[in-house]
Amino acid sequence: MLHIIRERLHQKYRTLDYPRVQPGLPARYPGRPEILAVHCGDCRACADACPTGAIRLLSPDAPGPGGADSGPALDMGRCLFCGACARACPQGGIRFTGDHHLATFCREDLILTRVPRPLTPPRRSGRLFARSLKLRQVSAGGCNACEADINVLGTLVYDLGKFGIDMVASPRHADGLAVTGPVSRNMREGLLATFGATPQPRLVVAVGSCAISGGLFRDNAECSNGLEELLPVDVFVPGCPPHPWSILDGLLRARTDTADWTV
Amino acid sequence: MVLDYEQSVALADVPVMSAEELRQEVLEQVRDGGRLLALFGLPGNGGAGLCAIVAHSGDRFLRAMRTAPLTQYASLTPDCPQAHLFERELWEQWNILPEGHPWLKPVRFVPHGCLTATPGERPGPAQLTHYRVDGEEVHEVAVGPVHAGVIEPGHFRFQCYGENVMHLEISLGFQHRDVERRLLGGPHPAHARLMECVAGDTSIGHATAFATLLERLAGVTIPERANRLRRLGLELERLANHTGDLGAIAGDTGFLPTSAWNGRIRGDFLNLTAEVCGNRFGRNWVCPGGVSVDVDAELCARLLDRLRHCWRDVREAVKVMFASASVMDRLEETGEISADTARTLGLVGVAARACGLARDARFDAPLSCLPLCETQIRVEKGGDVLSRARVRSRELADSVDLACTDIQALSHSEGAICQPLPDRLPAGRLAVAQVEGWRGEICHVGLTDAQGRLACYKMYDPSFHNWAGLEAALRGQQISDFPLCNKSFNLSYCGHDL
Repeated sequence: MLHIIRERLHQKYRTLDYPRVQPGLPARYPGRPEILAVHCGDCRACADACPTGAIRLLSPDAPGPGGADSGPALDMGRCLFCGACARACPQGGIRFTGDHHLATFCREDLILTRVPRPLTPPRRSGRLFARSLKLRQVSAGGCNACEADINVLGTLVYDLGKFGIDMVASPRHADGLAVTGPVSRNMREGLLATFGATPQPRLVVAVGSCAISGGLFRDNAECSNGLEELLPVDVFVPGCPPHPWSILDGLLRARTDTADWTV
Repeated sequence: MVLDYEQSVALADVPVMSAEELRQEVLEQVRDGGRLLALFGLPGNGGAGLCAIVAHSGDRFLRAMRTAPLTQYASLTPDCPQAHLFERELWEQWNILPEGHPWLKPVRFVPHGCLTATPGERPGPAQLTHYRVDGEEVHEVAVGPVHAGVIEPGHFRFQCYGENVMHLEISLGFQHRDVERRLLGGPHPAHARLMECVAGDTSIGHATAFATLLERLAGVTIPERANRLRRLGLELERLANHTGDLGAIAGDTGFLPTSAWNGRIRGDFLNLTAEVCGNRFGRNWVCPGGVSVDVDAELCARLLDRLRHCWRDVREAVKVMFASASVMDRLEETGEISADTARTLGLVGVAARACGLARDARFDAPLSCLPLCETQIRVEKGGDVLSRARVRSRELADSVDLACTDIQALSHSEGAICQPLPDRLPAGRLAVAQVEGWRGEICHVGLTDAQGRLACYKMYDPSFHNWAGLEAALRGQQISDFPLCNKSFNLSYCGHDL
């Protein structure tokens, strides 16, 4: 017993007082991309380098969201955050900022252009769940990276429980679903049944590029092109996989009623 | 046909045998202590023939065999049970009937004969007939596909007599994403990223296997620095996962101190990986031809310092766990598998070593000539949960040793980290890559067509072999032992389902 207590003292207190204290992330962690105003001309280097086709080059004939009509439009919902675009751009027009706050309430808000836009507020208030949010996690073709980084929120570094958020064992106990993976054909029925078993009102959080857009498995007969094809999604947390802090940030956002909410 | 594991061979040099000759040859090799690495459908003439690859421990030469396209043959499984899943897959993908297979059923619930010109119906998971035990007091427990925890989907069927499990049947396939087929016609640059999603917790393992396979097909030797960096990635992956697994085993015995600490320390190992490549799972670390990230002396010093702190923490956390009588009592003699069963089923990795089988691809098929320091194949005799935990705990020390050696070597040297591959791979060649991931041996097999594109690609996660081991481990156990046994194997669903 004494040696357990001695070791407990040695292992120290490790919980971060998030969101009051923001985590220090590795210098090479990419985080939120930023599109800078550079002159692209005919250059398509970023779009060609992207392994998931997350980048489209805008023109006055094919403008992007918010009316941007030049430069790249980067869809974080399809992005793997591999940084290939930033390395490919000869002018340094794409930069990864290291910011882990990535979650949005609206699919289109994940598409970044050189023109910054205000975020869309949630389609309905999450205030009901402000003090207690119980989620059922469903892995639908996920590779276990998103699942592992959701699981890690239960460890003492993140201590998800202290926010009143829990991952529960049954959809009957849940206020919503946290879905990962590109929704494989063989999991479609299981996912829909789980959603159906969740009492209303219920939230759906799509975690990871696969769940948001199909990711690397997009346009594949065995997978879907994003959860929105099947279910209404309330919060999108992009990444491959998203950093646990990004997921926690997304879950905290799910409980608010404003897009201006900052931690 | 004998081939050096590091070399590719021209497919034309692999003689075509009859199905019966192949069967006899495989049976003989396996009787002599060989292990079936791969048995798959080799596309040709509108159908597929068989292609088998057998490895022998401590022998750098693999045996490759093939037949002409066929539609049925006498099943190997009755005489060589480790072929059971390979044959089910052959039947599912190519509609090749292994006559006499004792339990032919779908593997991944894809349309029957999905790789043939005329695929059939997709069997629904609900249509599967499970093995059933009848009797007045016998009951059945069905779990999944959506489990109670944050975990991937799979369906488990227990045939129970009271608390005792007479039989467990696991049916998977829910995670099937058709990864192998997406590689055909490649390699494309995006495929390196795709490989990192085969099993997210083994990103570096599968990416290394894929890259190694392409390098062997192309006949390219990668720089020594790239080999060091790859090994560092693989060992960090092993450290993180072994730490997490030991914590999960502690958690399932109700021993919360180690469970809580290891959960945190696992994250710290993942964060070390992120220091190098920006991603906790090692995405973008490995690329065909070498690695995409380098480390300088300053980063090396930081890594070394943090690694030593993590090692101290995990070593003591695990020591506390093994010093607890209640934990030891719970782990001993739970989920036992005999060495014979493990050999018969062709288990690999931690599960095999815990049964006394000296199988470790780092020794059997090393990726480079880097010295292995004090590392040994960590073998235990018991075959129970305790042995699987012990193997992991011993391997932690080895991995720290290797990682420290590599970081020190990297900090004192410089050099190229990537040898680009040619635009086109040589035509008509077959190669094999074996990488010891943290679960066990990952095996990839690839074949190029006349244009040098991938005509056939097979990948075997260690889970492919080891799920049958978990089924065997549950026989005669209490159903309440299942979570603990499951954690002690910690197999991948998507690595199996692909």
